[in-house]
Amino acid sequence: MAIRYDASIATEIINNFGAKPEMLVQILHAFVSRYSYISDEAIRQIANELNLSRADVHGVVSYYHDFRTSPPGKRVVKICQAESCQAMGSRELTAHAENVLGVAMSETSTDGELTLEPVYCLGNCACSPAVMIDNEVFGRVDAAKFDGLLDGQGARP
Amino acid sequence: MSDTVTVYVPRETTAVSLGANAVADKIAALDKVRLVRNGSWGACWLEPLVEVVVGEQRIAYGPVGPGDVDSLVAADFLHGGEHALRQGPVNEIPYLINQERWTFHRVGLIDPLSVDDFSAHGGFGGISRAFESGPEGVLAELKTSGLRGRGGAGFPTAIKWQTVADAAADQKYIACNADEGDSGTFSDRMLMEGDPLTLIEGMLIAGFAVGASKGYVYLRSEYPLTNTIFSQALAAARESGWLGDNIHDSGFNFDIELHLGAGSYVCGEETAMLESLEGKAGVIRFKPPLPALEGLFGKPTVVNNVITLASVPNIISLGGERYAQFGPGRSKGTLAFQLAGNIKRGGLVEKAFGLTLRELIDDFGGGTASGRPIRAVQVGGPLGAYIPEHQLDVPLDYEKFTEIGAGVGHGGIVVFDETVDMAAQARFAMEFCAVESCGKCTPCRIGSVRGVEVIDKILADDNRAANLDLLDELCDTMIDGSLCAMGGMTPFPVRSAVEYFPEDFQPPAGAK
Repeated sequence: MAIRYDASIATEIINNFGAKPEMLVQILHAFVSRYSYISDEAIRQIANELNLSRADVHGVVSYYHDFRTSPPGKRVVKICQAESCQAMGSRELTAHAENVLGVAMSETSTDGELTLEPVYCLGNCACSPAVMIDNEVFGRVDAAKFDGLLDGQGARP
Repeated sequence: MSDTVTVYVPRETTAVSLGANAVADKIAALDKVRLVRNGSWGACWLEPLVEVVVGEQRIAYGPVGPGDVDSLVAADFLHGGEHALRQGPVNEIPYLINQERWTFHRVGLIDPLSVDDFSAHGGFGGISRAFESGPEGVLAELKTSGLRGRGGAGFPTAIKWQTVADAAADQKYIACNADEGDSGTFSDRMLMEGDPLTLIEGMLIAGFAVGASKGYVYLRSEYPLTNTIFSQALAAARESGWLGDNIHDSGFNFDIELHLGAGSYVCGEETAMLESLEGKAGVIRFKPPLPALEGLFGKPTVVNNVITLASVPNIISLGGERYAQFGPGRSKGTLAFQLAGNIKRGGLVEKAFGLTLRELIDDFGGGTASGRPIRAVQVGGPLGAYIPEHQLDVPLDYEKFTEIGAGVGHGGIVVFDETVDMAAQARFAMEFCAVESCGKCTPCRIGSVRGVEVIDKILADDNRAANLDLLDELCDTMIDGSLCAMGGMTPFPVRSAVEYFPEDFQPPAGAK
């Protein structure tokens, strides 16, 4: 659900971190938690209140993978692309996911339901391949298990 | 109360990823059960591993899925009953008893968030001893231990701490690197989920030894459960007077702030991590000055990996000499190896340095998960070399690995079976570098993109010989011209793939 941007709440978030420029990465995390992405409006306000230039804030936002600048789908599905998961078939799993979801990696479905993203290691390497749906990690995910997770059956494993 | 049974179900990422929360919910709903959410012992292939306290023993059952709970109840597992999933007493499982647990000795054993449980098993023994022996005593003990940085670089910890201790400054910092981005590694995570107070104690000792009053933990955002558990552990430590002012009447003040990374691999490099902790993009810094002299906010800073810091409390309470008895030559002590990838019994194995990869993979890991022969093993994360089957008998030791052009790194071991395409792995190494490069050095930023292109040309049989030479030259340029390990070590997996698996870089049979 998109939450409408509210400047006074944004100020509150920034003040929770003492309005200190060194807390910028943590502040941006808090914005993503609340609004799901970093809007231009947010960049302007954060720059203003931390006494940074908009370019400074934009530079940090664009540097980190976590700080998206457009709203994601209702569910964010991440498939690990790193070596341990590759050794257990993550390339095949990724192809399967793109196929059944009709969405390419790093894209959001046209109905806004789902975003598919790569992730490089979830630290679940003893039970590869790993998938993260929203903030929940799943291990030993093959094609059948993946389909089940998306159906909502076993959304809690 | 005497007929209440204590049951342990891990609250740990791998166990939870395989259904531990649902198992815990079902068991908690049973009559006369006291549920404890412990960490994982590290026998990941048995997760979710449920333990039932029967008399003096903890009887293990695993892997327990939510659908197994009913049959366990029918088998009277609450009194240790027979069941197909019964593994016997947890302290008799060979995978666990054949380890040398120094840093992980409480992981799995205790309730990670209970200060009482922690203290009852030797917790805060190190910092208490440090308060008695003074900072010089701590530094001397650390030097005797021979402990080296466990994040990958293997730098002697005592020298780093001594440098910070000797630096004159109004403020010093302890920065713990928990940005465990290497694929195949999860020991930082398991320690922070299973025994987070040990890391807090290690940071307290570091702060006391060098004269720092503030610590930071930089944790990767890909570990949401670790974030929750470690935040709870910080609160428990504050509440019990182990963080804050005048800690247990010692006159020593110390507190820890937890920061989250934001998906950048290169922030695991120490100077990029410091930039990120200062709220900036994680672009690496030129060294010198060393972070030990000019680190976080320009102040002297100890930057250590989670496992390095978590190894310290026992070194101080049991003595550096005891730690130094483990391991050969200059590779003293133990390392928490992590068995990952295509492996039958994946998990965490803490052993003294000096055993071979083959012992780890075969004796502990039971070979590949697929049952097919091993073709390559990548040690030390995405910047580590691919080791061919015939080199698996090299002992795991910093120096021995350097001799074969590889590195032990953070102890992650990723096994690949015979189906692996090594050209695809080499291409991925370059591709990953292109995605994750911070952009500061040209050889890394541009070289990695060119690397992908050159490998594609080789595979398309476009000027193959000349392009193989070019790839080799490009690797030299990246090694010589990059400031940090991102560009400087990406050539390791690439070159090892070309050298040991040249057949994979041939055009497909029948092509052309």
